[in-house]
Amino acid sequence: MSSDLIVFLVLSLVAIATALGMLFSKNAVYSALFLVLNFVTVAIFYLLLGAPFIAMAQITVYAGAIMVLFLFVIMLLGAESLAPANSLPWQKPLAILLSIILAVEATYLLFNRAGTGMAVVAPDASVNTMESLREMALALFNQFLLPFEVTSILLLVAMMGAIVLTRQEKGAAQ
Amino acid sequence: MVPVDYYIVLSAILFSVGALGVLSRRNPLIIFMSIELMLNSANLAFVAFASVYKTFSGQIFVFFVIAVAAAEVAVGLALIVEIFKTKKNINIDEMNSLKG
Repeated sequence: MSSDLIVFLVLSLVAIATALGMLFSKNAVYSALFLVLNFVTVAIFYLLLGAPFIAMAQITVYAGAIMVLFLFVIMLLGAESLAPANSLPWQKPLAILLSIILAVEATYLLFNRAGTGMAVVAPDASVNTMESLREMALALFNQFLLPFEVTSILLLVAMMGAIVLTRQEKGAAQ
Repeated sequence: MVPVDYYIVLSAILFSVGALGVLSRRNPLIIFMSIELMLNSANLAFVAFASVYKTFSGQIFVFFVIAVAAAEVAVGLALIVEIFKTKKNINIDEMNSLKG
């Protein structure tokens, strides 16, 4: 068994365990912290796959910005532990059954139909050079210029939406 | 040398865990986190295929997905805060009307 495979198996164990921990924690703060760990694990997978820029963006944007926003809202609302609603008692077993079916089906199809047999080669030192980053930037600003600009408009709209939603109504403030 | 299929299977498992979270939890914040997990598993598949096919397109798409996730979280959390201010709790079962 190669060292790459051992690293992959250990990391995927951590990723799945933290995802399940996120799901089954009673306290929402613990869930958020488990999810941060999951995002960091996925960032290490990106490094293994030779995508250092995406790995760093993952850590800054996901583990940094988005999860801090989540923690802020959880603590602001005091929503750490909601009382469990006891409506629909059959919902949880059914959800577990359906998602197990989804996982098994996807795994079966991927191994039998889409199995490419291609292997991920460990990245050499060239992915860490400026040249690789430059190639990616050239692709981003030539081939994908329109989606890039649309993304900036999307972020502007989201920012305006968040401001409008949380603004105090005039007169209601007093 | 790790076969790319392993990465895709891991991505499928993480996606299923996220789907389980959306289906079974009643706290909208946890549901949001599960959606982030599902987006993340799709990103992992993108980067795995981009790495195998030696192209940057997959990585750039992941970049866009991260931007969209950030926008979605900003608006979604603003909505949750607003619902909490109106209803004084955020149980997902009680969000059954659009009128405040």
